Amino acid sequence: MRQVLEGSHAVSEAVRLARVQVISAYPITPQTHIVEAISEHCASGKLPAKFLCVESEHSAMAAVIGAASGGVRTFTATSGQGLAYMHELLHWASGARLPIVMAEVNRALAPGWNIWVDQTDSLSQRDTGWIQLYCEDSQEVFDTTLMAYGIAEQVNLPVMVILDAFFLSHTYEPVDIPEQERVDRFLPPIKPKFMLDTNEPYALGQMVAPGEYMEMRHDIQQAMDKVPERLERIEQAFEGAFGRRYGTVEAVSCDDADIVLVVSGTVSSTCRQVLADLRSQGERVGMLKIKMLRPFPADAICHTLGHVEKCAVVDRNCSFGAGGIFAQEVRSALCNLQDRPLVFSYIAGLGGRDITGDTLMDIYGKTRDTDRPPKQSEWIGMTS
Amino acid sequence: MRDNQNISDLIHPGHVACPGCGAAIAMKLALRAMGPKTMVVLPACCWGVIAGPYPQSSLKVPILQTAFATAGAAASGLRAALDMKGDGETVVMAWAGDGGTFDIGLQSLSGAVERNEDILYVCYDNEAYMNTGVQRSSSTPYGTRTTTTPGQGWKRSRKKNIVDIMAAHQIPYAATASIAFPQDMMQKFEKARHLKGGARFLHVYATCPTGWGLSSEKTVAIARLAVQCNVFPLYEVEKGGDWMLNHQGNMRVAPYLKAQGRFGHLTEIDIQHIQEMVDADWIHLMEKVSRR
Repeated sequence: MRQVLEGSHAVSEAVRLARVQVISAYPITPQTHIVEAISEHCASGKLPAKFLCVESEHSAMAAVIGAASGGVRTFTATSGQGLAYMHELLHWASGARLPIVMAEVNRALAPGWNIWVDQTDSLSQRDTGWIQLYCEDSQEVFDTTLMAYGIAEQVNLPVMVILDAFFLSHTYEPVDIPEQERVDRFLPPIKPKFMLDTNEPYALGQMVAPGEYMEMRHDIQQAMDKVPERLERIEQAFEGAFGRRYGTVEAVSCDDADIVLVVSGTVSSTCRQVLADLRSQGERVGMLKIKMLRPFPADAICHTLGHVEKCAVVDRNCSFGAGGIFAQEVRSALCNLQDRPLVFSYIAGLGGRDITGDTLMDIYGKTRDTDRPPKQSEWIGMTS
Repeated sequence: MRDNQNISDLIHPGHVACPGCGAAIAMKLALRAMGPKTMVVLPACCWGVIAGPYPQSSLKVPILQTAFATAGAAASGLRAALDMKGDGETVVMAWAGDGGTFDIGLQSLSGAVERNEDILYVCYDNEAYMNTGVQRSSSTPYGTRTTTTPGQGWKRSRKKNIVDIMAAHQIPYAATASIAFPQDMMQKFEKARHLKGGARFLHVYATCPTGWGLSSEKTVAIARLAVQCNVFPLYEVEKGGDWMLNHQGNMRVAPYLKAQGRFGHLTEIDIQHIQEMVDADWIHLMEKVSRR
C-alpha cells in the first residue's frame, strides 16, 4: 500500500516488517524519528521486540552485538557524532561476523556543531568491515533496509543503510509498503550460523594468536568479495516480489557519454534533472550513481567509465589532506585500465549546504572546459 | 548449597592464570553456585586471557568476549536475545575486572542497572590494571604503589566505593564477597542466581599475588585478613536501602598492609592514617546497617 512517509519512517516500517527482535539505540538528531517510531511499534505490540534504551551509542552497538551473539535479528540507528562514538564497536560487529543492520543518517561532525547532511561521518568508517549502502529516496531506504537483512544474514557481515540528513530523513514522499505476508516470503526468520548456547558452550571473541588472526581477517575480505554476486541474487528475488531493483551502481545515459557525473545519496535525484536538461541541449553527458561504497563495486565502475573521456565526482565529504573520498575510490578502481577517463574531483554541500541543479551545472561546465584535472579536489560554491 | 565434596567444576584445569590467582578461584566458586545454565560476558580483563586463546576455552559454559567498556551493555543485549527466544532459565553473568567496572565500564554498568536488566554483574576486584602490568585504577586503594603510581608518587586518592554506587541505583541486590569465605560467597551467588527479574551486583575481592608483591600461597590468607581488618567488609544491600553485615572484623590494618609489597613504602604514620580511614568507613557502614 502506498503511504506518504518521511525517510526515517521508511526505515522504521522496514524494521517492523523485518520482524526485528532486539533494537538498541541512543537518540541523536536527525536519527530520532527512526527510533521513536520503532519505540511506538514496540509499545503498541505491532512489533514484538525488545527495545533497549541505552546510555550511549557505544552501548547501543555493544547491546546489539550481545543480542546478535544470542542468535536474534537486531537493529540500531545513529548519526554523525554517535557513529563516531561507536567506532570501536563497528570493528567488533564485523570481526565477530554478526549480521547487524544499522540505519545511519549522514550528519556533519563537530566542531562547530552542525546537524545537517555531510558524508564524512560514514566514510570515516569505511575500513570497519561494514557493507555500506547509500540511498537516494525513501522507497530505496525502505527496500534497502529489507534487502540489508538478506545480505547481512547470508554473508555474516553487518550492513549500514545510509541516508542524507533532512533531505531524506525528514522529507515526505510516497512509499510503497507491502503487506507483512509478502515481506515474510522475501525475508524468512533469521537462521544464525552460530550463537551462544549452553548446550554447546563455545567462546566467542576470544584471544587469537598471530597464527590464526590473519586467516580470520582474510575470511572477512572473502565475505566482502561475495557481496556483489549475493546482492545481485537478493535484488532479483526482491524485484520478483516487489518490482523494484537498484544495483550496486546505477548508470544513466553513460553509453554514449563524453562526461559522466558521479554522485551518491539524494544528489542523485537532482542530477537526474540536470542530466535531462543537459541532454536536451545536446550535451553528451551521463550519470553514475554509486550506491554501494563497501565493498567498492570496482568492476561495475570500470565497466561504466572505462570508455568515457572525463568523469566529475561530486563528494559531500572530505578526507583532509587527500580530498573527496568517492573520487579517491573511483581513481583507484580505474587506475589499472588501459583506457580510462580523467577524474575531476569536486567537494560540495558540506554541513548541509544545498547542492542544487546550478551547482551540478557549474561542476559539469568546469569539467567540460578544463583539459586536465587539477591536482586537488576543487571546492564548489565557496564564499571566501 | 551444593556439596563441595561432589562437585564437577565448570572450569577446566590448565587455564592460563598466574600462580595463586584470586580471580581464577573466584570464577571456580562462582560457577559452582551458578551451574551450567550460565552465559559469561567478559570485557577486557585478566579473565580475557585466563579464559584461553582460540580455539580453546577454560570454561564449560559459553563465553562472549566483548569490548572493554561494554560488559553491562553486551550482557543486556544478550539477555534481550534470550528473552526473545523464551529462554528464561539461562542466567547472563557479566564478569569484569575493576578497570572494566570502576573506570571504563562504569557508564554502561550504570545504564544496565538503571534499566534494572535481568543480569548478574560480577566485578572481581584485584585493585589495579593487572592484565596490562599493574597500573592504577579508581579501585586502587590509598597508599598503593603501581607502575603508574611509582616511588613517592604512590596513590593518594581513595578507592571508589562501587557498592555504594550500585546501591544508589536501588537495584534488587548488591553484595561484597571474598574468595577467603567460600561458603558466604557461594551463598551470595546462589541468591543472585535465584533473584531473577532485576539487576544483581557482586563485588568480589580477588587477590593478585603478581601485582601486589605477595607470594602465591598467600592468596587466601591475605583475602581473609582484608575482611578481618575491615578493609573489605562482607555485606549485602537489598533494594538499595536494606544493609546487612555478614562478618565482624576486629583486627588492625597494619599486618594486612605490611604483608604486601605494594604497601612496603608506607611509614607508621601512613599506616595510622589508613587505619583512621578504614575506621571511618566502618562507622559509615555500621550506620547503614543499623538503619534496618
